[in-house]
Amino acid sequence: MAAKDLEIDTSTLVKKPKKTLQHTHDNLLRKIAIPTIYCPGCGIGTTINAFLEAITKYTIVPHDNILVVSGIGCSGRASGYVNLDGFHALHGRAIPFASGVEIARPKMKPVIISGDGDLFSIGLGHLAHAARRNIDMTVICVNNAIYGLTGGQDAPTTPVGAKSRTTPYGKISFPFNLSHVAIANGATFCARYTVYEFIQLAKAIGRGMTHQGFSFIEVISNCHVNFGRRNNLGDSIAMRKMFKKVRVPMKEEDIGLDIRKTDIKYEVGKGFTRIPTGIFLNERDKPEEFSERIIDAYEFNK
Amino acid sequence: MEVHQHPEKKHYIVTDETRCKGCGLCIEFCPKNCLGFSDVLNEKGWRVSKMHRMKDCIKCYMCERMCPDFAIFVDESDVPKKK
Ligand SMILES: Cc1ncc(C[n+]2csc(CCOP(=O)(O)OP(=O)(O)O)c2C)c(N)n1
Ligand code: SF4
Ligand code: SF4
Ligand code: SF4
Ligand SMILES: [Mg+2]
Repeated sequence: MAAKDLEIDTSTLVKKPKKTLQHTHDNLLRKIAIPTIYCPGCGIGTTINAFLEAITKYTIVPHDNILVVSGIGCSGRASGYVNLDGFHALHGRAIPFASGVEIARPKMKPVIISGDGDLFSIGLGHLAHAARRNIDMTVICVNNAIYGLTGGQDAPTTPVGAKSRTTPYGKISFPFNLSHVAIANGATFCARYTVYEFIQLAKAIGRGMTHQGFSFIEVISNCHVNFGRRNNLGDSIAMRKMFKKVRVPMKEEDIGLDIRKTDIKYEVGKGFTRIPTGIFLNERDKPEEFSERIIDAYEFNK
Repeated sequence: MEVHQHPEKKHYIVTDETRCKGCGLCIEFCPKNCLGFSDVLNEKGWRVSKMHRMKDCIKCYMCERMCPDFAIFVDESDVPKKK
């Protein structure tokens, strides 16, 4: 590029804009809490952005009916940043809280935004049973392969060989494939995208929310501070470039019953080498969702 | 807030230095290489994102979508409507 091109062009600067310009989603943000506590470049912010994009553009659920619930963790702070009804639950207990709301008020649409550690270690039992019952809720799980908030301990998603604070010589046990776990337990909609694929992610969240029943969306996010740094994956830019390179778009037909095809691959020294993304499951002739079944049973016995 | 308007397309790109944390994601992923860092630090001490060459902007929204901190956005309110 010529040196002239790299000069700063100030001719387009508008000194006094005629009106106040604001971010598309500013009305959906709790401005008092912004800037977020997240490290610069953290993928959780992008996930929140995609969620707000989804509820404004890609779903018909009215904003008054949305309830954002989260557990504990960096991802768990999401409910505090959005200007919607919400609750910051105990560690791992976002789903039980949301289940209660959904059963008492079937019109409400709980959206759970929480971390891999929150939903899949301490909260795994709750997730499994909510999926089994097909409770009408959308779970957005921010998978950064680590416990971010507490300083980088290994999570059930940390790949074999990866270093963390609690696995200084490399992890030896096998990680969960979160989408696999959700589908095996009975989720009726399941998608996975990386933070790099913003529009696909927003559309998947929108579809998941429109879907009646338990929908699970896994977001592969960058925790460059606690995961990337210990494993030589670089900063947020390097990690997102890696996501861009290694993602493998997949369709429901490609996967069939062999959900193992969606496994994430990781190599020590190289980082992630394969991240299948896409909509993995969308059950059209799905079983009835839980609150409908409760209402049916009640009417039947009356 | 720093506002730039494209001379022909009429859309704005706004960078909010009170929110930006200088992660550089918008700068890196802008396909037209329009953005760069500022020379001055913001009040929290970050070197923030700044529009360098607005005339190259193609209104692709990549910067807005990549930003984790809602600190940069595209505004199309003054773009003339196509008939
Ligand atoms: C009952 C209980 N046990 C342990 C903790 C400590 N703790 C806080 S956050 C967290 C894990 C968070 O990991 P994750 O859900 O992956 O969130 P991230 O920070 O990675 O987004 C743990 C173990 C706690 N707050 N409460
Ligand atoms: S510790 Fe990791 S997950 Fe938490 S804000 Fe920082 S980069 Fe994000
Ligand atoms: S809209 Fe696209 S071209 Fe314009 S500054 Fe943002 S990323 Fe660059
Ligand atoms: S992506 Fe957002 S926070 Fe990062 S440098 Fe750009 S405007 Fe600032
Ligand atoms: Mg985590």
